[in-house]
Amino acid sequence: MKVYDQFNYPEVDIALAKSMGLSDTEYEYAIQILDRKPNFIELGVISAMWSEHCSYKSSKIHLKKLPSKADYVVQGPGENAGIIEIDGDLCACFKVESHNHPSYIEPYQGAATGVGGILRDIFTMGARPVAALNSLRFGLLDDQKNRSLMKGVVDGIADYGNCFGVPTIGGEASFNQCYSKNPLVNAFALGLVKKDRIFKAIATGYGNPIIYVGAKTGRDGIHGATMASESFSENTAHKRPNVQIGDPFKEKLLLEACLELMRDNYIVGIQDMGAAGLTSSSFEMAANSNSGLLLELDKVPVREDDMTPYEIMLSESQERMLIVAKNGFEEEVKKIFDKWDLDAEVIGHVTEDKLIRLNWMKSEVASLPVNSIIENAPVYERNIKQPVYIDGVMSKTLDINQPKDLNKVLLELLSSPNISSKSWIYTQYDHMVRTNTIILPGSDASMIRIKGSNKGIAISSDCNSRYCYLDPYMGSVHAVVESARNVAVSGARPKAITDCLNFGNPENEEVMWQFVKSIDGIRDACNYLKTPVVSGNVSFYNVTDGKDIYPTPVIMMVGVIDDVSKKIESFFRKSGSKIILLGENGSEIDGSEYLYTVFDIEAGKPPNINLQREKDIIDFMVEAASCGLVLSAHDISEGGLAVALVEMSVRNNIGADIVIDSDIRDDLLLFSEVQGRVILEVDIKNIDKFEKLIRKTNIPYSYIGDTCKDILHIANKGEKIINLEVSYAKKIYNNSLEERMN
Amino acid sequence: MKAGVVVFPGSNCDHDCFYVLNKIFNIDTVFLWHKDRNLNNVDLIVLPGGFSFGDYLRCGAIANLSPIMNSVVDFAGKGGYVLGICNGFQILTESGLLPGFLMMNSSLNFICKNVYVKIMNNSLPFTKNYQKKEVTNIPIAHKDGNYYVDTSIYKSLKNNNQIIFQYCDASGIITEGSNPNGSIGNIAGIVNIKGNVLGMMPHPERLADNVLGGREAYPLFQSIIDFLDGEV
Repeated sequence: MKVYDQFNYPEVDIALAKSMGLSDTEYEYAIQILDRKPNFIELGVISAMWSEHCSYKSSKIHLKKLPSKADYVVQGPGENAGIIEIDGDLCACFKVESHNHPSYIEPYQGAATGVGGILRDIFTMGARPVAALNSLRFGLLDDQKNRSLMKGVVDGIADYGNCFGVPTIGGEASFNQCYSKNPLVNAFALGLVKKDRIFKAIATGYGNPIIYVGAKTGRDGIHGATMASESFSENTAHKRPNVQIGDPFKEKLLLEACLELMRDNYIVGIQDMGAAGLTSSSFEMAANSNSGLLLELDKVPVREDDMTPYEIMLSESQERMLIVAKNGFEEEVKKIFDKWDLDAEVIGHVTEDKLIRLNWMKSEVASLPVNSIIENAPVYERNIKQPVYIDGVMSKTLDINQPKDLNKVLLELLSSPNISSKSWIYTQYDHMVRTNTIILPGSDASMIRIKGSNKGIAISSDCNSRYCYLDPYMGSVHAVVESARNVAVSGARPKAITDCLNFGNPENEEVMWQFVKSIDGIRDACNYLKTPVVSGNVSFYNVTDGKDIYPTPVIMMVGVIDDVSKKIESFFRKSGSKIILLGENGSEIDGSEYLYTVFDIEAGKPPNINLQREKDIIDFMVEAASCGLVLSAHDISEGGLAVALVEMSVRNNIGADIVIDSDIRDDLLLFSEVQGRVILEVDIKNIDKFEKLIRKTNIPYSYIGDTCKDILHIANKGEKIINLEVSYAKKIYNNSLEERMN
Repeated sequence: MKAGVVVFPGSNCDHDCFYVLNKIFNIDTVFLWHKDRNLNNVDLIVLPGGFSFGDYLRCGAIANLSPIMNSVVDFAGKGGYVLGICNGFQILTESGLLPGFLMMNSSLNFICKNVYVKIMNNSLPFTKNYQKKEVTNIPIAHKDGNYYVDTSIYKSLKNNNQIIFQYCDASGIITEGSNPNGSIGNIAGIVNIKGNVLGMMPHPERLADNVLGGREAYPLFQSIIDFLDGEV
């Protein structure tokens, strides 16, 4: 009997291929490539490799349009993470990745393993993770299901990140009905690495041993990548076994062991086992090096005795790595992993034949050509069509009457989950461990110092998906611009982005249109601001019960500040300073949080963006910060001018006395989300210097008031339109989310 | 003087403690591996925060079984100075060097934020650079910081001035609202009866460097370093 036969795998046919997620044509194509019918193991491997999640088959041709180069970019897209220079040889390695589908099926483990996966992407490259952020989207919180999803997700992120010992220093969370059965969990991590210590996923040197390290392989997460490439229906409980289980303690040991290993020159390449586990790690390493691998699957450490080759190849058990060591250094590698009580087994070697060959008890049970599976993987230029709803939302006339009590409106906005403080979330994350966090969560951007350097890294995560729904192109420009602005108002120069593109079903041509428009927007904004895209992730099939989510291209901007002592936070520092508005107020109100929260309207055209103005503001902020001219700064975004002023006031209980003389209707003046605006707090003694600097630019600016003790007053044309005690606003702003969750 | 920071698998504030002792205070500092027994002639041992062994059984329970802990207990028995922070405090209670237990926070959530803490006893080598009843604002970051002892031990802790830190409000008043985790008597840190073993939930290593926004915990390290330098 052939060894293969002992597993009693089912006969391969088109129906089986379809059940694994392959289309008719993909199955035919597989047969054509192999010149025979694949066996069961091979079919599983092919369907995982050709899943949307692993192959990017629908997005690949569009992603190529994104700029990815700058002289400080060390590693662009294509590796585990992107890398840019920060200070000489010292580099930042970062990436964002989605874990949306698993987080809906099993929120705690889904989110936890999302964090684990992105951390491994970072330390696989030799970088010690020093910061994590996350971008979360949920349905409305008056629904118990959404609350429990959010609770589970936050708990999962907290437990994993806290135990691992990476500070979760910021991120964003927002809420909309469209995420009700499809929450978005995007996890970001950033690590530091010296340029000459970067490791890549390569498998060169014929005969070099392949060493499996980390946790044992179990039956969890089998075919997770395929699951992540499907839409959901009502019944997803049966998918729960597709979700992996995370063990942050093991990951912490794996981190320390890998970094210790990387100090010496024992290894050639290393790749973490993420989506599609051993399958994708082995194929990627071989493809990157134009080599082949022979794997002895019976040598893989397993949790259960009777696991079969198919299960071993497709398990997504966490906290595992594949290492290609230099011949003769097997024992050195094993010794380090033994110190950290982790498994390390030689499970094969690098070959010349450009095949992935799988053996079981010395007999071949599968053999696949690397190049055909990777390079000739299906790529689709899918049809696009402007969605029907676009004309509808664009042409809707937004005829609203100004509410009588604008104080009440402001309080309503402050208590809405999209605007209120996210402290219920971030106090559950250890955001200070490693003692580098110098701007804590809650400010426009979060910032870490780098020990041994004057420089710091600022990071902001942004996407207003309502804007993206109304106009995917403009909404995506907004996401890039806002993340850049947030980094710049903190005093740092925006350098590069990583993006997490969350969309609906790409086979739906309207969704594909959103995707293509969004890519165009990111491309144009990144080109203009000279912030290349160095890594990223695409998550399609965010659909439940036939309803696609709003297009949600989350942008994570990484910036650098030359001197961390010059950082700027977005909270008023003292009373008696001047409050200055950069940019100009306006009456654009379409797509605003005001319309959504108060009138339940999501329509119109998102605010216009003047990219040159945004660039001028970024340049000005970086220079003003380096001259120490700004006490605090905050950009105006969701909720407009009034919300921005409250956000600056509540942290240190310092109010503002604002006097404006404008013809704009009061509610629009207060709540419009007109872009290109930043509120600055400047000490009176620095006004001359400020004037000198700002006059060199073309940025319009105006003195709109002074910081004061503990009251927020806003008057327009002599009439008081907002009058709030800061302590009261603070209570509403700080406690609303927590109250909703309890 | 020389300081040692114990590294258990899962310790994650070990480098932070090392950095403060070595870079901020210029103290000769070494890491001590949990599988070793040799204390390398250190004068001060720090058990750092983190999740030793994943805290999978009960916080600190498995770490207490590490070979190094036998040496730490001997060291403390001979009067050596030991500082346990967060997970380190949990390990000290497991080892019996300090009384009581640290249960899960009453909110059942992990809490990371700055809290106000009052220094109740400034006569110790660990606290002599503080003013008595001084109020400091210092970070906590834990899920299991809810300190508990039975009434008789609580009374003896109180009578012997072993309660060193108590959670309080900004003005120094000890209130229920200022207790972040449900600890009995708002206890944030205690010493053993001899005063040479200190366990505390707040993280002093996170607020001893100006770039992090303050040095409110600087006096704690300065106190013990001055004391041990005087002794050497």
